[in-house]
Amino acid sequence: MTATMTASRAMRHSHRDDGGNLVATGRLTRFALRRDRVRIPVWAVSMAGLIGYFGLVIPIAYPDQAALQTRAAIMKDPAGAMMTGPGYGVENYTLGAMLANELLGMLAAAAALMSIFLVIRHTRAEEETGRTELIRANIVGRHAPLTAALIAVAIANAAVTALLMIALVGNGLEGVDSLAVAAGVGLVGLTFGSVAAVTAQLSEHARTASGMAGAVLGLAYVLRGVGDAQELGGSALSWLSPIGWAQQTRAFVDLRWWPLLLCVSLTVVLLVGAYLLAAGRDVGAGLVPARLGRANATAALVHPAGLTLRMERGSIIGWAVGLFVFAALTGSMGQGIVDSFESQPQFAEMFGALGGGDVLRRTLVTFLGTFAMAVAVYAVISVNRLRREEAEGRTGAVLATNMSRPHWLLSSLAVTALGSTVLLGVTGFGLGAGAGASIGEPSLAWDFTLTALAYLPVVLFFAGLAVLAYGLLRLGGWWVWLLLVGSILIGIYGPLLNLPDAVLDAEPFGLVAQVPGTEVDAVPLLWMSVAAVALFAAGTLAFRKRDLEA
Amino acid sequence: MSAVIDVRQLSKSFGSVRALDELDLTLEPGEVHGFLGPNGAGKSTTIRVLLGLLRADAGDVSVFGQDPWQKAVGLHNRLAYVPGDVNLWPKITGGEAIDFFASLRGGLDRSRKDELLQRFDLDPTKKTRSYSKGNRQKVALIAALASDVELLVLDEPTSGLDPLMELVFQECIREAKLAGRTVLLSSHILAEVESLCDKVTIIRQGRTVQTGTLAELRHLHRTSVVVVCDGDAASVESLPGVHDIRRDGDRVLFNVDDDALPAAMGRLLPLGIRSLVSTPPTLEELFVHHYGNGAAVGAGGEQS
Ligand SMILES: Nc1ncnc2c1ncn2[C@@H]1O[C@H](COP(=O)(O)OP(=O)(O)O)[C@@H](O)[C@H]1O
Ligand SMILES: [Mg+2]
Repeated sequence: MTATMTASRAMRHSHRDDGGNLVATGRLTRFALRRDRVRIPVWAVSMAGLIGYFGLVIPIAYPDQAALQTRAAIMKDPAGAMMTGPGYGVENYTLGAMLANELLGMLAAAAALMSIFLVIRHTRAEEETGRTELIRANIVGRHAPLTAALIAVAIANAAVTALLMIALVGNGLEGVDSLAVAAGVGLVGLTFGSVAAVTAQLSEHARTASGMAGAVLGLAYVLRGVGDAQELGGSALSWLSPIGWAQQTRAFVDLRWWPLLLCVSLTVVLLVGAYLLAAGRDVGAGLVPARLGRANATAALVHPAGLTLRMERGSIIGWAVGLFVFAALTGSMGQGIVDSFESQPQFAEMFGALGGGDVLRRTLVTFLGTFAMAVAVYAVISVNRLRREEAEGRTGAVLATNMSRPHWLLSSLAVTALGSTVLLGVTGFGLGAGAGASIGEPSLAWDFTLTALAYLPVVLFFAGLAVLAYGLLRLGGWWVWLLLVGSILIGIYGPLLNLPDAVLDAEPFGLVAQVPGTEVDAVPLLWMSVAAVALFAAGTLAFRKRDLEA
Repeated sequence: MSAVIDVRQLSKSFGSVRALDELDLTLEPGEVHGFLGPNGAGKSTTIRVLLGLLRADAGDVSVFGQDPWQKAVGLHNRLAYVPGDVNLWPKITGGEAIDFFASLRGGLDRSRKDELLQRFDLDPTKKTRSYSKGNRQKVALIAALASDVELLVLDEPTSGLDPLMELVFQECIREAKLAGRTVLLSSHILAEVESLCDKVTIIRQGRTVQTGTLAELRHLHRTSVVVVCDGDAASVESLPGVHDIRRDGDRVLFNVDDDALPAAMGRLLPLGIRSLVSTPPTLEELFVHHYGNGAAVGAGGEQS
């Protein structure tokens, strides 16, 4: 017995070199790209769109060198540097230096997120659902799925780089420096794609694998933030972060390329690690054993709202972190915006801040409206989750118990309402805290938190529309999005376009345009709340009357 | 000719769970081999090792004479696999999924695909999101059956199919056998195994407890008899080899060891038989026999 086993081991070794580990990589790559044919362009266009947008807005908001220097002064401040970048070129701030300093980090983080999602989606998520097993049982090499995912993510980052390049050069910036910024973003993306390639080998679960890679990204952002806050141009800590490396090219100030080599080297090291980990392991297995869950549900989970909350928890946290960062960044720019308004009254009009009083508060409240729109988007997405629950048969399973339909629906809506409240509060707090830090008035944080909550009826109104659409499933959900996107566009561009007052008044987000800390005009908000409740009721009734889909 | 699949003393653990414990399994070319065992017995694990998806901890595994872990790609040229739980990409259609799998095998015979779609009554233009479990399974079945391979590895392939489709499936397997293909069919549907398989291997807790042809397994076992006599049929109770005797109205039911059957019939005949039904043991009974009482029983063909 032992003899045969030893003999067979020896045979295994002699046959080791199969040479077919990459068979079918091309086919799998094309399949991955096909599945991402919308996703990748959306990421790339949004990122390039951000550059395009800033290219348009910054020359208006900061029309001359003096205005730019006030902006630079904020970025020199440790809090400003923490949020943005190392602060090269602040002595003589230009559009290019501004983009490289303030936007590059955020774009790099976005490319990193995109890459993490793509890699996990095509590796561990496929493995977790058993599809990798189905694929690998065909004539497919051991490393083909991982390699295809990495090629797809490389192509996605190349697309991001190319579109960013177009947007930067389109703004009249120098080509070589633009390339450094665009390639920096793409390379950071690739680096974190490789981080995800490693974490995908570690955990059996896609969510855990993305979570681990996301944590590495968060750490990278914080490391360079603290490093950049410590001293102008960054300290040693900034050099521990791939995002820091992209920012250290000093694009548009004093360009150097070699920091990008660090991204390339780290990518190579990570990829070697990923392939080594992948080589010896079973399909479907992780190297870190999965944490066992509870055998019995907690009391909270048994309640339908508890179950929904457990499912929504991750998404609420993700939105909260994202909105907080954006709100705090926006708030911290407050004083600079106010200064430029004082010299350029026409911009104040654009932001709806005319009419004296507290210019800063009035301006920021406009931003608060924009963030409330984002929360409304969350609320509609959150309600629309019900459609997927139903299509995948889970709703049917729950309703087959003695749970009534209204009870189930309202429990789920309670979670949406809770999530919306949390997000509004967090956004208001972030905006107020950022603004308070920039002008030394900490009480703003509290004021803005309260003002933000005044948007809750508006957000719930849109959630109500989505509930009605869910109840009347046949009608589809597109009209809710049409109304929401229409309101958002009118809310943002309406004042600029001189639209009639009747139109502006009909736009729900305009109902809350008041200064924080002063009296709130409660009447329209009450009507909004009534409308939201009526929509919930109508949607629930319609849901009770119709057939379940699955 | 050498065995298509030859597994000896195969062991595999997941952490502290010992999924396979010195399991044996042999398939000769051209045979349809039933692979039976209760849930968690290790059927899927064995099959994943055979496909080179899992690495064996110990033992010898060969498929077409080669080690599947080392030679997976080459071996997959010659075999097709259908898992019990098929998961597909929600946004593509069933037809596209079949073509995608086929493209990973180097193309497929379109007329064969169309024929199978028709026989399995599958609409290939629907998105897989709208498919039931059975329909997703049909996708994998059609992709496997349409490919020109020597070995079919099927892991509970019909668990979601309705009885009509089950019949279509059985027909396809018979055709595959006529075409000279070898089939490994893991199943918990005993009727399916009985009607399709030449040989059966029964496993429990990662070990092979019995393997042999159906005839070999059966002759060790009992016949169930339901009889109505003018006299009292219950008098067979005193015979050696008669078990589990029960009365149900004027019917008498009992099980009898196959070698005690002539004696039992001899006892019943003079009593004036009005009706008699005897049934061979179903694989259900074999299951109960092996998994009900812990002791492994000597096997028909080989003993483990
Ligand atoms: N990936 C895994 N991790 C841990 N345990 C596993 C894993 N796969 C299978 N097992 C365990 O191995 C045993 C055999 O499982 P399996 O081969 O799926 O059985 P069957 O297919 O016969 O139902 C079971 O006890 C199962 O829980
Ligand atoms: Mg199984």
